[in-house]
Amino acid sequence: MSLNDIMFYLFAGSILTFSLLTVTSRRILRSAVYLLFVLVSTAGIYFMLNYNFLAAVQLTVYAGGIIVLIIFSILLTSHVSEKAVVAPVKQQIFSALAVAAGSVLTILTIFKFTFTPTTSPAVEANVKNVGRALVSYNRDGFALPFEVISILLLAAMVGAIVLAKKEKHLVNPSDVNPENTTKL
Amino acid sequence: MIDNIPLNSFLVISTLMFFIGIYGFLTRRNLITMLMSIELILNSVNINFVVFNRFLYPNQLHGHFFSLIVIAVAASEAAVAIAIIINIYRNFKSIDVDNLDQMKF
Repeated sequence: MSLNDIMFYLFAGSILTFSLLTVTSRRILRSAVYLLFVLVSTAGIYFMLNYNFLAAVQLTVYAGGIIVLIIFSILLTSHVSEKAVVAPVKQQIFSALAVAAGSVLTILTIFKFTFTPTTSPAVEANVKNVGRALVSYNRDGFALPFEVISILLLAAMVGAIVLAKKEKHLVNPSDVNPENTTKL
Repeated sequence: MIDNIPLNSFLVISTLMFFIGIYGFLTRRNLITMLMSIELILNSVNINFVVFNRFLYPNQLHGHFFSLIVIAVAASEAAVAIAIIINIYRNFKSIDVDNLDQMKF
């Protein structure tokens, strides 16, 4: 067993345990931190696959950006000591059964299928190749998705600001019937 | 660096992560934790793309760029979703899905 195997099993184990903890932890802030561990371990797997640029993007955007955003919104919308409401036991059991059946089916399919890798020489995913491909408009270029994603990010930013902006003529919280909002 | 690790073990990891995310999406009642489950699902799909790219088609970088684009979409989705969640909290003082039945027909 080489060091690579040990690294892989370490990352895989931490991904599985922390993603289970993310969806089962009663405290919301803790499950956000477990999600951070999952994303960092995924970045580790990208490093193992030698995709350094993608791993750096994963660390900065996911672990640095999205997790901070989620933690901010958790702190804005709930108390730290508050525990999450759990679904009824019946629903939990049926979800677990469906999920187990789906994962067994998928894993069996994976092991039955024989993957045939290409024999063409590998291209290295260094920053030079990645940057060239990202702005190239030739057959293997990605200029159009690059532009589309930039416009999508701009639209999302404007939309998020407009949505979260406080407005006077929105629904007044005192107008909402408390009986409706605290039902169940 | 990854020669002695089979492709299937990566795929099993991402499958399990995907279905754990679905389990969280089905059983959670809080909007933010449901959003976190969606992030898990997107992340497992990213692992799939990258692993297929590396093991089966190392002569191209398509899976790599698809993952990059999925990460950008996930970031913008999280930003808009959190803006909506904060707005819901401002109006209803709660972000549990059981309480949000105002638009129910």
